[in-house]
Order: sequence, then C-alpha cells, then structure tokens
Amino acid sequence: MRYAYYPGCSLDATSRHYGESVLAVATALGMELVEIDDWNCCGATAYMSVNEVLSFCLSARNLSQAARTGDPVVTPCSACFTNLRKTEAYMAMFPDIKGKVNQALAEGGMHYDGGVVTKHFLQAVVEDVGLDRIRAMVSQPLEGLRVAPYYGCQIARPHGIEDDCDNPTMMDRLIETLGATPTYYPMKTVCCGGSLMGTREEVALRLCRNLLLCAQQDKADCIAVTCPLCQMNLDVYQKRINHVYGTDFHLPIVYFTQLIGLALRLKFEDLGLQRCVVPAIPVMARFAREAS
Amino acid sequence: MKETQQTVLYEQAMDPKFLEEVYGIPGGGKVKNCIQCGTCSGSCPVSWAMEESPRQIFAMVRAGMKDRVLNSLTMWTCASCYQCAERCPQEIKITDIMYILKRMAIRENRRRSRRARALSVAFVEIVNKYGRNRETELMARFMLTADPLGVFSAAPVGLSLMTHGRLPLGGSRVRQIEGLRKIVAKAQELGGE
Repeated sequence: MRYAYYPGCSLDATSRHYGESVLAVATALGMELVEIDDWNCCGATAYMSVNEVLSFCLSARNLSQAARTGDPVVTPCSACFTNLRKTEAYMAMFPDIKGKVNQALAEGGMHYDGGVVTKHFLQAVVEDVGLDRIRAMVSQPLEGLRVAPYYGCQIARPHGIEDDCDNPTMMDRLIETLGATPTYYPMKTVCCGGSLMGTREEVALRLCRNLLLCAQQDKADCIAVTCPLCQMNLDVYQKRINHVYGTDFHLPIVYFTQLIGLALRLKFEDLGLQRCVVPAIPVMARFAREAS
Repeated sequence: MKETQQTVLYEQAMDPKFLEEVYGIPGGGKVKNCIQCGTCSGSCPVSWAMEESPRQIFAMVRAGMKDRVLNSLTMWTCASCYQCAERCPQEIKITDIMYILKRMAIRENRRRSRRARALSVAFVEIVNKYGRNRETELMARFMLTADPLGVFSAAPVGLSLMTHGRLPLGGSRVRQIEGLRKIVAKAQELGGE
C-alpha cells in the first residue's frame, strides 16, 4: 500500500524519534511512504487563532499537492491530522471558506477541490496492514510489558479516527497484538494541555501530572502515545512535574511505533529509543532484545 | 467562606454590535442555540483554570458583554482538545467559537492575549519565512518576546531536548516559498475578519 506521507514539522525536530520509528516500522510492514512534494506547515493551533482562512489555506496546499498522486495521505502527528481533516470537512461544508481558500491558492498557481482521504499513521497500521498480518510478523511478543494506551485528545475528536470518541480501542488492540498488555487507562483521551505548556505552564503541568498518576495506578511500565506534543509534554517535562508536585515519576513515554518496532525486533537506535528523555531503553530491554 | 460579589450591569454596558459580529462569523451564529446545559464546562479538562467557564462565556456573549468576554482568560485557557465540541447536544462548534474570541481579542490587543499572541506571531513569522515551523527558533523567539526571564526556568527543558538530539539548529524549508507567500498574503487579505 502506498501513501502520500505528511511528516509535519515536529518530526524533524523535537520528535525526531517519532519520524525515525515511523519510517523503520513502515519499511518493516511493507508500507510505502512517499513524502508529499514540497509540503508546508499545517499551521497547528497558532494559525487558527490568528486567521482562520489562512489556516485552511495551509492545509489545502498540502492536500492539493497530495491530490496529484492519488494516494491517501498518512500523517503520524495528531495536530496535523486534525488540521488536514478539518480543512477537508469545512471546505465541503462551507462554500464561503472553499471559495476563499481557492482564491488564495490561485495566487500560488494551485487549486483544491476536495476528496483526498487522510489517515493517522495508527489507522493505516491497524486498518490497512491489519492486526492479523502484524501478529504474524511479530518476532518477539512483548510479554509482560504493561502499556498505558494514551491516545491524546485530537486523534479521537470530531475530525478524528473512526473509533469511539470517549473510549477508542484501536491502540489497545494493537498493543495486545504485539503481545503486551494495555492497562486500564480511563484518561486515554484527556488532553495533555498541548501548547499551554508554553503559554500557561501551570495548567499543562497539572494535566500531565494527572495523566502520569493515572498510568501509575494500574502499574504501567510505560505510556504509549500517538502525538508529538503529548510525548514532549509528558516526557521532557516529567522532571519538572516531579519538582513542582513532589512526585517521583519515571515513566518512559514511547510512541506506539516504537513498540511495534520492538516486537519486530528492530534496532533500538533505528527506533530512536535513545531520544526519550525519561530513559526508555532500560525498561524496554527487560521485555525485548534488539537485532544484533 | 468565599464572599460573593455581585455586579449589576446596565444596558448601556452591553454592545449589540459585538453580538452581530460574533453571529456573523461562519459558525458563530450557533451560539444562539446554546441551552446553557453546561455539558461543555463539565467536559472541559481545564475549566478549573478559567475564570468564566465556557457555559458562562456563551451566556455573556449573548448578553453582549463584550469587554468582559474579550478580557477573559477563558479562551486563552482552551487547549483546543475539542471535547466540548464532541459532546455539545446543540452541536455548537465550541472550539471554533473560542478561536473567534481569540482572534477578536488579539485584534483589539487585549491585555490577556499577550502570551498567546506572542506565540502565534512568532509561529506565523517563522512559517512565512521557511514554509515550515522550526521549533528551536520558535521557542527562542517566543521566550524573548513573551517572557525573557522565563529563559532560566526553560533552560533545563531546552538542555534535555538538546542532549537527546531533539533541538536541531536550522531545518528544512519549502522550495516554492514565493508561491506560498503569495497564498499567505492573499489569505490574510481575505481572512481579515
């Protein structure tokens, strides 16, 4: 299966290990990812706060580039995913928005009529590759590893994956398929605070503290995430949370793609495991060996 | 016990133009359908950090309380998680309404909008320059404009990222940047709400 791949900006920087593990796993699973030619930033939430039309234009330009290939778009970032899908939906729903977006795109010699399907990388793995095929490919089941399945907010919301919005199970089923155990994690779709970590840190720290506490309560060895911002807030700020709240969390925050890679016995380094700030390798090495 | 302060607002304090403005923006008219059930405030993971809950904000919008609404901390506390929009029985796109209020507050240079505006402005400038976000540059610019002293508390975070190879200098850029800039310029002209 071939996809128009939209990595998004974070996968070049603060989430390099997400990008690395996505590419390693895609190759292992036989998925062909062809990067969208000359893609631009999706605008995240910052653009929507400044100018709605502009925000839609950014995503429409990417969708227009992808439309040339005829392949479905796949992106590992939940914020990019939401923006691409929201743009698709709003252009279909509001003729006024569609008109303005195309008026702006025309200045750059582009046009977008709609119709491109966008999937989150989690969906592409579970729905397109399929859990049966993955099960057959698992070379070392992650037996005994307890994983809190944290979906984050945007992946499950109005423009999100086709799954239950309060209790999605897509990643739970994937974790089971890899031989690991998804823990009871009732906060699986509660927001981590996103960019509030920059603008209202005390609010985001408390949200993240609660997420870590909830994972700890059902004895998770790690938290699996699907979004670069969730990873960053829970991982990089974990030390700060411990400092502010007097807690002693040391929960590795790994991408679901890194777990797939472990079960397929890929190299730790190829999965970027060494880039987790809360050390992930010591915990993972108890459950999985890397290829020599 | 916390003392309750009651403020009486007179009709003169209301701004009917504010109402018309909110209603006139695509999706904004939906505020009229609000039944004040409070599902949004109950679902919101950060309503505890707001001064006015989302439900209260909608009541205030409909009462034309422009100053109170645009000076509120509520929309700046919204993390765009869409939980309220998912659950609203009246199908109000609440997250979009919060964006509308953010844009109006930014445009009027309201006090509370300073930090979020600094982040948005830095973000927009970087994307206009490269076509892609460069997180390292974004963090540096944001800190310098919004919170120069905060650099000290942010230093450990930056250092963690750097030592794990997650804070690169430089980065990729869009090839057809001129075309993108033309699109952005036109969109800015068309989107001037």
